[in-house]
Amino acid sequence: MTAGGADVTARGADVTAEGADMAATAPVVVRQAPPEPARPRWSRLGGPAAFTATAVLVLVVAPLLLEPFRLGLLAKYLCYAIVALGIGLAWGQGGMLTLGQGVFFGLGGYAMGMYLKLHDAGGDLPDFMVWSGVEKLPALWAPFGNPVFALAMAVVVPVLVALALGTLVFRQRVRGAYFAILTQALAAALVILLVGQQGLTGGTNGLTNFFDIFGNDVAADTTQRGLYLTVAIVLGVLYLGAWQLVRSRFGRLLLAIRDGEDRVRFLGYDPATVKTVTFAMSAGMAGIAGALFVPVVGIISPALLGVVPSLELVVAVAVGGRYALAGAVLGAVVMGYARTYFSEELPDAWLYLQGALFILVMTLAPKGVAGLASGVAAGLRGRLARGRAAA
Amino acid sequence: MSALLEIRGLDVVFDGFRAISGLDLSVEQGELRFLIGPNGAGKTTLIDVVTGLTRPAAGTVRFGGEELVGRREHEIVRLGVGRTFQTSVVFEELTVLENLDLAASFRRPLWSLLRRRRGASPAVERALSTTGLSGLAGQRAGILSHGQRQWLEIGMLIAQEPRLLLLDEPVAGMSLDERARTGELLTEIARDHTVIVVEHDMDFLRRYASQVTVLHEGAVLVEGSVEQVRADPRVQEVYLGRAREEAGDVVR
Repeated sequence: MTAGGADVTARGADVTAEGADMAATAPVVVRQAPPEPARPRWSRLGGPAAFTATAVLVLVVAPLLLEPFRLGLLAKYLCYAIVALGIGLAWGQGGMLTLGQGVFFGLGGYAMGMYLKLHDAGGDLPDFMVWSGVEKLPALWAPFGNPVFALAMAVVVPVLVALALGTLVFRQRVRGAYFAILTQALAAALVILLVGQQGLTGGTNGLTNFFDIFGNDVAADTTQRGLYLTVAIVLGVLYLGAWQLVRSRFGRLLLAIRDGEDRVRFLGYDPATVKTVTFAMSAGMAGIAGALFVPVVGIISPALLGVVPSLELVVAVAVGGRYALAGAVLGAVVMGYARTYFSEELPDAWLYLQGALFILVMTLAPKGVAGLASGVAAGLRGRLARGRAAA
Repeated sequence: MSALLEIRGLDVVFDGFRAISGLDLSVEQGELRFLIGPNGAGKTTLIDVVTGLTRPAAGTVRFGGEELVGRREHEIVRLGVGRTFQTSVVFEELTVLENLDLAASFRRPLWSLLRRRRGASPAVERALSTTGLSGLAGQRAGILSHGQRQWLEIGMLIAQEPRLLLLDEPVAGMSLDERARTGELLTEIARDHTVIVVEHDMDFLRRYASQVTVLHEGAVLVEGSVEQVRADPRVQEVYLGRAREEAGDVVR
């Protein structure tokens, strides 16, 4: 695909030779494809250049320009962007519409929250347990006093839950809307579970009132800046990993499963395994995002991981463009900003606007903003190539 | 020597309708076998059973000594049985080369797929040159014509390096030229593979078939060379009963 100008010319000659060869063996009318428009060097380097520019913008420019409050908001959106990246992988690449990423986000968030609560309590019971009349630290909580264990669990638990769910569901060939509804039901169920176990989970309030993280005051500007940079770097690393995955054979296989799962079986692959692994990866990303979200925002509660937040992220990915990883990430950040802006300026209008935007994108540009952008870029490339050919 | 594919006492029932009843069929190593029969004779159903898409009500399907009934589709492919479909399904978002590469890579462990593809493996190169698609290797499969899609599917099958190939109506909807090219392709593949072809097209059959099995109402009616089958009064009757034109084709 990304051949330089010279390559394409060579291949063009090759095509003609092949055509002639075929004509000699059999009188075949081959509808020859028009040669691909040449992709100039700047276009091949476009991806890495855009990534580097974005990294500089996010890691250097944003911390210099944004006041602490705004930087904290951006950190929050970047956490959502990590979840969105996972949704882009599962839905955009693998065709698994997951409406319950909040579950994995929440599992990661609670794992982190439990550590922070125990750390703050310093050997005593966390405050909300005292208020709920709990007298002894529940056995489930005890190991989360260890930060390494808690951080590991923030990833391991979501991955295991997704592996179990995927194994059960994909082997039975449950997919499409049925899978979507199932994941959504899971999100609803988790909320009920969390709210019901007041003494264990903090109920509706969730886990909040954190003071200290790894020896730093959570609320301090320097801590928040450090957290922001951590989130940004984690997002960057995960993005590169996902990008590599999409371009690997595994990524090609994932696309093939999205477009023709039944055909893939006859290529000798078990789509259930590939889908389960991918779903688990997206769950792991959501778990990491949840763990980062808690110290950044200072709370994890059922309202942050139920059906509505899960859906909002899917909408953000759709608006940004689910078929491109960058579209998913961009969608989450832009929709996050839009939400904050409109909630400040026109609090009543936001929900309607969000809905309208979703419908608009789905009907007019199903590939989202990223799809529009790449359409424009392809158009420009084509025009340039034609211009060169004419000259 | 026992046959590569041995089907015994096969029954397939769809909601009370008996699509295949008591069918026996053997295909030897290295054969090119044509399956014909009027509509509803059970040709595609038979292929579906062999490849695990349909579960039979009774009977056995042994391939190289292994029982295929009860295995999942991808497991049967891993044993060395490959198939194409009546309506070709290629992955339009992927390039021709990527389609073939995916077909050729299924024996690799999953983790090794995480690496990017570098160039084309010998199996893929072979499939490209056999099908004559080398010039289109870098193009997205979505732009291929109907005939080219069928060839790509056959190419994906070759790249899998199966021991048995099942082709379901490979020339349906093709132009005359495309048929000729497909026939040559078929002859070439049959040289070093065991192939079963389901085909409606009588002209194509006359030109490329050697061994023919005629199915009728879910059972084998006649088996033999093209001449024997064409001369058989029962075959004429079956086709006469269905459509004069087709029967005329067989008889002529």
